[in-house]
Amino acid sequence: MGEKYDVIVVGAGHAGCEAALAVARMGCRALLLTLNLDAVAQMSCNPAIGGLAKGHLVREIDALGGEMARNIDATGIQFRLLNTKKGPAVRASRAQADRDLYRARMKQVVEAQPGLDLKQGQVVRLLVEGGRVTGVETRDGLLFESLAVVLTTGTFMRGLIHVGLVNYPGGRAGEPPSEGLSDHLRELGFMVGRLKTGTPPRLAAETIDFSALEAQPGDDSPQPFSADTELIDRPQVPCHITYTNEKTHEVIRGGLDRSPLYSGVIEGVGPRYCPSIEDKVVRFPEKEQHQIFLEPEGLTSGEIYPNGVSTSLPVDVQLDYLRTMKGLEKVEIMRPGYAIEYDYVDPIQLHPSLETKLVNGLYHAGQVNGTSGYEEAAGQGLMAGINAALQIQGREPVVIGREQGYLGVLIDDLVNLGAKEPYRMFTSRAEYRLLLREDNADQRLSPLGYEVGLLPEERWLRFSAKLASLEEGRERLRVTRISPGNQEAIKRLGLPDLKNGASLEELLRRPELKLADLEFLDPWLAGLSSEVRHELETEVKYAGYIRRQREQVERFRRLEDLVIPAGFDYGSVGSLSAEVREKLMNVAPRTLGQAGRIPGVTPAAIAILSVILKR
Amino acid sequence: MLTLDTIVAPVTPPGEGGVAIVRLSGPQAFTYLKKSFRSKTKRKEFESHRLYYGQLFNADEVRLDEVLAVVMRSPRSYTGEDVVEVHCHGGIQLVRSVLDLFLSAGARMATPGEFTQRAFLNGRLDLSQAEAVVDVIKARSERSGQVALDQLEGQLSRKIYRYSDQLKSALALLEAHIDFPDDEVGSLDLTSLVEPIHAQVDEMVALASSFDVGRVLREGVSILILGRPNVGKSSLMNALLGESRAIVTDVAGTTRDTLEEPLVLAGFPVRLIDAAGVRETDDPVEKEGVRRASSKARSADLILLVVDGSTPLSAEDRLAIGQCQVDKTIVVVNKSDQPQCIDHGQLAEFSHKVPVSAKQITGLDSLCTVIAERLGQDSLSAAGEGFVVTEKRHKDALLRAIASLNAFFEGVRVSAPYECLAMDLREGLNSLGLITGETTPDEILDQIFSRFCIGK
Repeated sequence: MGEKYDVIVVGAGHAGCEAALAVARMGCRALLLTLNLDAVAQMSCNPAIGGLAKGHLVREIDALGGEMARNIDATGIQFRLLNTKKGPAVRASRAQADRDLYRARMKQVVEAQPGLDLKQGQVVRLLVEGGRVTGVETRDGLLFESLAVVLTTGTFMRGLIHVGLVNYPGGRAGEPPSEGLSDHLRELGFMVGRLKTGTPPRLAAETIDFSALEAQPGDDSPQPFSADTELIDRPQVPCHITYTNEKTHEVIRGGLDRSPLYSGVIEGVGPRYCPSIEDKVVRFPEKEQHQIFLEPEGLTSGEIYPNGVSTSLPVDVQLDYLRTMKGLEKVEIMRPGYAIEYDYVDPIQLHPSLETKLVNGLYHAGQVNGTSGYEEAAGQGLMAGINAALQIQGREPVVIGREQGYLGVLIDDLVNLGAKEPYRMFTSRAEYRLLLREDNADQRLSPLGYEVGLLPEERWLRFSAKLASLEEGRERLRVTRISPGNQEAIKRLGLPDLKNGASLEELLRRPELKLADLEFLDPWLAGLSSEVRHELETEVKYAGYIRRQREQVERFRRLEDLVIPAGFDYGSVGSLSAEVREKLMNVAPRTLGQAGRIPGVTPAAIAILSVILKR
Repeated sequence: MLTLDTIVAPVTPPGEGGVAIVRLSGPQAFTYLKKSFRSKTKRKEFESHRLYYGQLFNADEVRLDEVLAVVMRSPRSYTGEDVVEVHCHGGIQLVRSVLDLFLSAGARMATPGEFTQRAFLNGRLDLSQAEAVVDVIKARSERSGQVALDQLEGQLSRKIYRYSDQLKSALALLEAHIDFPDDEVGSLDLTSLVEPIHAQVDEMVALASSFDVGRVLREGVSILILGRPNVGKSSLMNALLGESRAIVTDVAGTTRDTLEEPLVLAGFPVRLIDAAGVRETDDPVEKEGVRRASSKARSADLILLVVDGSTPLSAEDRLAIGQCQVDKTIVVVNKSDQPQCIDHGQLAEFSHKVPVSAKQITGLDSLCTVIAERLGQDSLSAAGEGFVVTEKRHKDALLRAIASLNAFFEGVRVSAPYECLAMDLREGLNSLGLITGETTPDEILDQIFSRFCIGK
């Protein structure tokens, strides 16, 4: 018998690290068990963090007190703000990471965390007594006891790697899979399904002619993800862009007979938003070219990640089609691209706390829940860790609302809709998108992070100071006025005559004026951080839309506040169709609002339930 | 199944019909029937959906009526519960005593619409069907019955589904450009996105405004009969009603108040209003009647201005003409059976003039045709495709959607960010969703994935 812990986290990927760190930082004893200590926080696919909707998730993780944002700030090699030409709510940060540095730093953070042990070991069985998890058993026969377990197995459970028609067991290139655990979960009564994802080949940088390619540099002044990072002063490296062409597509079409995807060898469902290059060529034959980003794997690495050519074609076909592209004429593959099938546990079997409905004290987070993406995984890991720790402390679980954060949208979608294909976050999944901006993630979630005991005191004080300057900024915009007599200012701003003068807020509403244009009228504003100024400007410019969105949230909350009592007997409601009843019993929604989001639960069924609940 | 009591109510309209139907619904319906129903052949159980002939007795073994009874076992019934329908003879007294019989057995009087509510709660009807049923029940004529039936079969839904599909497709396009970089989805041409929605909003406005027509079809068109005293207004009303309802005398000012009668005219439910004659008067009662007639003229859907063809127009006639809005007035030239000496030039502004003799009952057919034409033009053409909105909920949903789309147009005009435009589109979609059901973000993503080559 090994040591006793409060929480054991199985798997040290992006979900597992966040979960284990959260547990320990909240004062509980945690054990992080992983198959391979050299692959902690490994980036299995592209070496980048953030992106549209994903950057939002990273900011939210940071606002709650998670690690991902700090880790990418410390190891990023190219930072870019995306969607700058679109609106303020969908602007998102993305950074290329140095894969090795990212992994090494996260491992150091985990190792240095008091109250957290990191050990190598393959978990094959959970210890369950009376419907409650009590620990885990490793392949070596070691038993570890705990009050709660967080499973973050990624793509490792019964992982099967496909390269062409060849396939072999593996959890990731060069690493063995985790066998036995998913069978054990099945025995416990979980519905276990199969998904598929893929990754492109890695290329030798020295064999690529970058001089022939368009370079994509990072932003001039890289913006950090974390509120703890003051400045990013590392040198930035560029990505490069190349394109597929007709010849590429021809080679790919010629290799389809040896594609495991098109010959029916792969049974798992793959993500539609992340199709393989062969998928793109087959499904969109009219497209003459596809853009490929050549991303550096690190400052010192000789490998290049070609973003856009994920594939499971045989290696010879991979090489042939790569060499049809400009700059890649003499390219060599260092690691082939592959597809991987893996077992996942349908998240419809989870409470919104990410605790399983079947086994008390057992939490699932990350790719095991059918999601894809480091950020989605980390966000779930963080929430599972927080909730596991809260349970041990005898406190209520934390559930983030859909109007509160992308993390809320993510988990609400997972537990209500389940995952039929790998789930990735998109901003369009968030109904209240205008309120869920990167810039206000702290205001949405830091109070929560502080309340559960994850966000440190020092950070809370800084957050409070930011709130105060925001408040003062708002006040100044309201009260500082430009008088009709101030001809100089009026002329400088290119305004028509102002009969009654105008407040800065009123001026800022004009599409042509920015806060920077008005700062000469109140120099105090110029002294604010760029973040606070940006936020003030956004609040004023889109005040009308934001107000309407808040009204929508209020209407949404009305249904959300109608609680369905635990153990409500849907069987007694004969008026529900058998199909609807089954779906409701499966999910066991906590509120009427949640019930309405379950697919197949009709508005009429909701009307019936609301009549009954109000009786 | 919810434990509910058993309810009872007549389901045929009150009045002196030949046959009335009393319906029971609920767990005790069969029990209550068995207590009082006797037939020659003894049976323990009624077969579902079969008509039985027998006699109805009350608790004192007094025979009430000979009836036909049918039982419909749950869930194969209108409400989804056990249902009994008793076909008895019509007549208020008799129906009352049949009801009393079941009420004293333990049933409860159904509240208005309760059968439909139970059908809805038991999942037999969806919300828009349930509303249409209420319309069918309320429909007082063939034509409005048809509107209700069309709705039942989802014509309105189909139309709104089409709007909703178009918005979905526009939203998918917009969302694709928000959630994916331009190199994957190309650049967005806002004009081509906006134009079809413009055309659609026009159509939605027309559909929403047809609500007033829908109201007319449900509540009846108000037709006011207006004219100077003693010109034959009451006779015309009686002729149209086919019975002597208004008081007809030769003494001017007999009809001092307004009379209102419902009838079906050319397939339209109509409220026919006979107003007091319009003339200068000192009689306070009559003065009040005249004032009411003037206000009725303003609110009426259609005015039948009655003039006497056998005499020239008088000052009082002109007073009456002055009350009429030309575009909703049909001139009825009465007394066509007598020599005509009216000056048609003075009525030139009115495009519809119909000679009738209320006394001889001639010319009424052509009057009805003209009325039908006028009503048909105003109403059924308004919505195009002859379809109208009759439910206020639907009208509100349309209006809300239109408001959101107008906000969307305004946003496009001032170059609001895409996510703000998307919010307006989504709001519009959600308003329509009150009728069609909600559009989930997943549906939008489905569209994006099927239309664009997305993903790296």
